[in-house]
Amino acid sequence: MATQALLAGNGAPTFYVTEEEHHPEGGSTMLGFWIYLMSDCLIFAGLFATYGVLGHSYAGGPSGRDVFELPLVAVNTAMLLFSSITYGFAMLAMERGSKSQTLLWMAITWVFGAAFIGIEMHEFAGLIAEGHGPWTSGFLTAFFSLVGTHGLHVTSGLIWMIVLMVQTAQKGLIPANKRRLMCLSMFWHFLDVVWIGVFTFVYLMGVL
Amino acid sequence: MIPNRFAHFTRNRVIRAGLSVAAVALLGACHADVLQPSGDVAAQQRDLLVAATLLMLLIIIPVMVLTVIVAWRYRESNEEATYLPDWDHSTALELVIWSAPLLIIICLGAITWLGTHTLDPYRPIARLDKGQAVPANAQPLEVDVVAMDWKWLFFYPQYGVATVNQLALPTDRPIAFKITSTSIMNSFYIPALAGQIYAMPGMETKLHAVLNDTGTFNGFSANYSGAGFSGMHFKTLGLDAGGFDQWIGKVKSSGLQLSNANYYKLEKPSENVKPIAFSAYAPGLYDRILNECTHPGEPCVADQMKADMMKDMRGESPRSPAPVNVTGPGTIGNAEGALFKSPQEKGEGKNVGEPPAPGTPGNIKPSDQKNRGMS
Amino acid sequence: MTTSDLAKIIFGRLSLESIPYHEPILIGTFIGVAIGGIAVLGAITYFKWWGYLWKEWLTSVDHKRIGVMYIVLAIIMLLRGFSDALMMRAQQALSFGDNQGFLPAHHYDQVFTAHGVIMIFFVAMPLVIGLMNFVVPLQIGARDVAFPFLNNFSFWMTVSGVILTMLSLFIGEYARTGWLAYPPLSNLAYSPDVGVDYWIWGLQLSGIGTLLSGVNFVTTIVKMRAPGMTMMKLPVFTWTALVTNVLIVAAFPILTAVLAMLTVDRYLGFHFFTNTMGGNPMMYINLIWIWGHPEVYILILPAFGVFSEVVPTFTGKRLFGYTSMVYATVVIAILSYLVWLHHFFTMGSGASVNSFFGITTMIISIPTGAKIFNWLFTMYRGRIRYELPMMWTVAFMLTFVIGGMTGVMLAVPPADFVLHNSLFLIAHFHNVIIGGVLFGMFAGINYWFPKVFGFKLDRTWGVRSFWLWVIGFWFAFAPLYVLGLMGVTRRLRHFDDPTLHPFFIVAAFGALLIAGGIACMLMQFFVSIRDREKLKVGGDPWNGRSLEWSTTSPPPQYNFAFTPVVHDLDAWWDMKARGAEHPTSGYHAIHMPKNTATGVVLGVLATAFGFAMIWYMWWLAAISFVAMIGYAIFHTFNYDRDYYIPAEEVARTEGHRTPAVATQG
Repeated sequence: MATQALLAGNGAPTFYVTEEEHHPEGGSTMLGFWIYLMSDCLIFAGLFATYGVLGHSYAGGPSGRDVFELPLVAVNTAMLLFSSITYGFAMLAMERGSKSQTLLWMAITWVFGAAFIGIEMHEFAGLIAEGHGPWTSGFLTAFFSLVGTHGLHVTSGLIWMIVLMVQTAQKGLIPANKRRLMCLSMFWHFLDVVWIGVFTFVYLMGVL
Repeated sequence: MIPNRFAHFTRNRVIRAGLSVAAVALLGACHADVLQPSGDVAAQQRDLLVAATLLMLLIIIPVMVLTVIVAWRYRESNEEATYLPDWDHSTALELVIWSAPLLIIICLGAITWLGTHTLDPYRPIARLDKGQAVPANAQPLEVDVVAMDWKWLFFYPQYGVATVNQLALPTDRPIAFKITSTSIMNSFYIPALAGQIYAMPGMETKLHAVLNDTGTFNGFSANYSGAGFSGMHFKTLGLDAGGFDQWIGKVKSSGLQLSNANYYKLEKPSENVKPIAFSAYAPGLYDRILNECTHPGEPCVADQMKADMMKDMRGESPRSPAPVNVTGPGTIGNAEGALFKSPQEKGEGKNVGEPPAPGTPGNIKPSDQKNRGMS
Repeated sequence: MTTSDLAKIIFGRLSLESIPYHEPILIGTFIGVAIGGIAVLGAITYFKWWGYLWKEWLTSVDHKRIGVMYIVLAIIMLLRGFSDALMMRAQQALSFGDNQGFLPAHHYDQVFTAHGVIMIFFVAMPLVIGLMNFVVPLQIGARDVAFPFLNNFSFWMTVSGVILTMLSLFIGEYARTGWLAYPPLSNLAYSPDVGVDYWIWGLQLSGIGTLLSGVNFVTTIVKMRAPGMTMMKLPVFTWTALVTNVLIVAAFPILTAVLAMLTVDRYLGFHFFTNTMGGNPMMYINLIWIWGHPEVYILILPAFGVFSEVVPTFTGKRLFGYTSMVYATVVIAILSYLVWLHHFFTMGSGASVNSFFGITTMIISIPTGAKIFNWLFTMYRGRIRYELPMMWTVAFMLTFVIGGMTGVMLAVPPADFVLHNSLFLIAHFHNVIIGGVLFGMFAGINYWFPKVFGFKLDRTWGVRSFWLWVIGFWFAFAPLYVLGLMGVTRRLRHFDDPTLHPFFIVAAFGALLIAGGIACMLMQFFVSIRDREKLKVGGDPWNGRSLEWSTTSPPPQYNFAFTPVVHDLDAWWDMKARGAEHPTSGYHAIHMPKNTATGVVLGVLATAFGFAMIWYMWWLAAISFVAMIGYAIFHTFNYDRDYYIPAEEVARTEGHRTPAVATQG
C-alpha cells in the first residue's frame, strides 16, 4: 500500500488516503505476541543466569548428580517434543479447515502436555519428600525456580488450550480463533525450545 | 592527535591548581575531606576527579556559552539575525559534534584505565606520598574490619587487640584492610584516607591505603543498612609511630576481652556506640565472622564451598563434612519462608515510629534464625 | 479453634495495630486525604458524573483518554512523592547535634524509600507512558494503538500498583530498605514486616502493566504507520518512543524475574539472595541494575524526543542532523545495557572490569553530547519563539549538561570510590531526572496540552512555575553537590557536624521554591480551565510540523477521517507548504474498538490479590487470583469487540471540524 498511494493517477502527490483499505482485524497480533515471547524469553534468560551463578552452591546438600533421574527426564522431554509435533498436526488441520481434526490433535497435544506436567510434579514431590526441597540450597533454589517457571508456563498453556478448544468447538475456525490458535502454537513451540535449553543446561550438564 | 591532547592536559595543571584553590576557598571552614584529604590514595583519587572535571569543562563551558548566545541572538524579535528555515545538515559540523566529545572521552578513557588500575583498592600501595616510595622493609599494618548492626569492629591481628568504633592508624605506614560484615551490606569509608569499599556478609573485600597527616577523621558506613545507620560512625585517629604504639599499649591495658560471650553481646543491634577497647579477642574470631560460623553448629562458608567443589570434582556425593540442616533433612521444617512460619515469628508490622532502643533486640534480629537452628 | 486463630486465618497478619493511629503525621494525612476524597466523590455524585466517568474514561480504550489518565495519575503521585521530599529536607535541615528532627528512623527510612519508588515508578513512568500514549498514534497517523484493550489493562495494572503503595501509608508500613531494596536488608530475616511486601507487589503489578505497554507500542510503531512514513521519516519523538519501548520489553522482564525471586525468598524460604545456604545477595544487585540502568534511559529518551519536537517547532526550522539524532538514540539504547556495573564499582570487582564499565558509561556521553549539539544547531539561524515549551527546553540544555558532566565524573571508578552513595550522587541523578526527564515532560505537557483539550495553558502562571522550578532546583541541589564533595553520605537521618548545617538549610529552601513551582503549576491548570474560552485554539496553535497538528484540537475519537499520506519528515509542514487540501466529502465508516470494563475489573482483582499476599490472607489471595484468571478467560469469550462509526456520523463530525482544521493558531 505504501508506494502506490503516494502519487495520484496524474502523478501529483496525494496527501490523504481517500479509498480506505480494509485493515484485517488483528493484523498486528502475531508480531505483538512474538515481542511478548521475546520478553518472556528474557525472564528465562534471567533464570538461566541465576542457575549459572547458584548451580554449584550445594551448601552441604545434594548436587545434580545426586538427585537427577535422567531416564525420567528423558521420558519427560519426549512428552513435550511429541506434544509439539502433535500441535503442528493441529495447525495443519486448521489450515485445511477441518475443525474436528484440529480439535482431535489438540486433545492429543493436551494429553502429552499434561503427562509432562504430571511427571515433573512427580519429580518435584520426590525431591521434596527426600528432603531436597528448594529451601535446601542455592542450587536447589535455582533448579526448582527455573524448571518450575517452565512448568508454570506449560500449565498456563494447558489452561489456554482448553479455552481455545471450547472456543473452537463453539465458534468454529473463524479468523479470530485461528489467530489465537497460532499464538498458542508459537507459545507452545517456544516452551519446547526453552525446555531443550533446560534439559541440556541443567540436566545433561549437571549429570554428565 | 592523542599525545597532543595529553600535552594540552598537562598545560592545564596550572589551571587545575588554580581551580583547586578556588574550590578550597569556597569550602573554607568546612571539612572538605574529599577535596583536601589526608591520605595519599584519597589525594590521587581527588586529582583524578579534578582532571576529569577539567577535561569535561573543555566542552561543557563552550556548550553552555554557545547555548546562551544562540538562545539570545536568534530570538524571534531579533530581525537582524539570519533565518534559514531549511538548513538542517552540515557534514563538517556533524563531524565536529561527534568527534570533539569522542576525543575527550578517549583521553578520559585512557586516564580512567590507568587510574583504575593504579588505584585498585586490592593492590598494595606503591608510594607513601608524592615522590616517596614505600620502603622495601615496610611492614603494612593489617586491620580486619567488621561492619556490625550498627557499629564497626576493628581487629589488629599483629597486635592481638580489637576496638569498636575507634580506629587508630599510624601515619606514613601502608595499611592493609580486610573487610566483611556480620549481616547487612555496608560500605567502609573514611573520606580523608581513601575511597570506600563495600562490607558484605560472608565475603571479604580489601583496601590498601596510607595516612599522611595526624589528626582525627570521620569514618562511617556509606551504604544504608537499617534503622541505626545514622549512628554507625567512628573516629579515625591519625597518630605518629610513637603515638600509635602508645595507643596500642593503652588498648592492651584495658583488661576487657572480646570472648565469644562478649561477641554475642556485641552482635545485638545497637547504635551510637561509644568506643570500646579489647585487650585480646577469641582466636580466629575474624575468620569465623567472615565464614558466618561464630555460633557453634553453624557450618563455615569456606568449608561448604570447599565441599561443593570437591563434590563437583569427584563426581560423587560424599557425606557432607560440615554439619548442615541442623533441623534435619526430610521435614518441611527446613523452610524458612513466611508461609511456613507462625504469625508471631513473622513480625506484626507495627507502624510505630520509635527505632529499637539501643542494645535491646529490636524488630531486626540478625541472629534470630541462627538461634532457632541452634536450639 | 480460638477466635484469635480464626482472625489470623481471615486477616492474616493484619490487625488493628497495623493502623498507625499513634502517628500524628499519618493521621493528619489520612484525614486530609479522606476529606479530599469525600469532597471529590461527593462532587462527582452531585454533578452526576459517575456514568460519564465510567463510560468515557475508566473503561475507555481510546489512547488519548488513557494518556490523559496516566498524566493525571502522575501529577497526583507527584504531590505524594514531593511531600516525602519536603519531609526529608525538613528532617535533614533540623536534625543537628542534640536535635533529632521530627522523624524517627522507622518513619524516615520509609519516607526516603517511598520517595524514590514513587518518583520513578509512579511519576516519571506514567508521565512518559502517558505522553507516548497520547502523541504516538497521532504522530504516525494511526487511529489507535495496536492493542487498545491491552493499553487500558496496562493502565489499570499501574493504578493497582499505585493503590497498594498508597495503602501502605495507612495500613501497615512501607519498606525501609531504600528504593531498590537490596538484600540482605530486604530478606525476611532483616525486614520481617509488610513494608518490603508492599514494595514487591506494588512494583510487580505496575511492572507487568509497563511491560505490556512496551509490547503494545513497539507493535504500534512497527505496524501502524501512515503510508509513506518510512522509518527515516518517523518524527523523533516517535523514534525515541520506539527505542524506549524496545528497552522496556528488554529490561522489565528482568525486574519481573528478580522481584519474583525475592518473593520466593521471602515467602517460601528459597535461597536466591540469602547470606547463607548458597544464596548470593550480589546477584540481586547485578540483576536489579541490569533492569535499573536501561530504566534510566527509558525515562530520558522520550524527554529527548520531546525536545526534538519542541525545538524545530519554536525555531521554525527543520531539525538539524535528524539522522545522527536517530542513530544517537539507538546507540544510547544499546550502550545502556553495557554499563550496569557502574552502580557498584565499590563492590570490589577487579580493576579491568571496573574500567570497562566506566569507559562504556563515558561513551554514552558522546551520542548524548551529539544530541545537545543538534538542538543547539537547530536553534542556530532559527527564529526562536519563547513559548513555555521552548523555555523548558533551554533550561534543560543548560541544566542537563552539568548533570551529564557529574555523571561522567562518577563513571571514573577511583573518583566513584570517594563519591559513591554520597549526596553528590543524589545531586547528580536529580540533576538528570529533574533537569532532563521532568523538564522534558513539562515541556511536553505545555506543548501538547492545546492538542489534548483545545485550549492553551495560561502563560503567566506557567512562567512563574518555570522560574520557581528552575531556581528552586539549583538551590535544592547545588548544596548537595558541595556536601558530597565534603564526604557526606546519603540517607542519613541525623548529623553531628554543625558546619554542614547551612547547606541543608539552603537545600530545604530550594525544596520550598520547588513547592511554589508545583503550586503555580496547579494554579496554571486551574486558571487555564477557568479561562478556556479565552485560551481556545485551532488544530495547529504552534505552527507545528508533525501529523498530530493536522487534526482538530481535541482530535475526534478516530483521530483522522482520512489517513494522511506522508512525503517528508515534517509531514504536516510539508502538507501546509504544498497546500494539501483535506477532502470535505466521501467519508467512510470508521472501524473502532469498543470500550470494556475488563481492565478495571482485573485491576481491582489484582489489587485485592496483592493486598492479600502482603498480609498473608491466603484465602483472599487464592480467590482473587482464580477470579482474575477466570475473568480474563471470560473476556476472551466476547468476540464482539469492535464497531463502526457510520459514515454519516463522520461526515457530521467533520462538518464541524474541517473549518477548524484550516484555522491556524
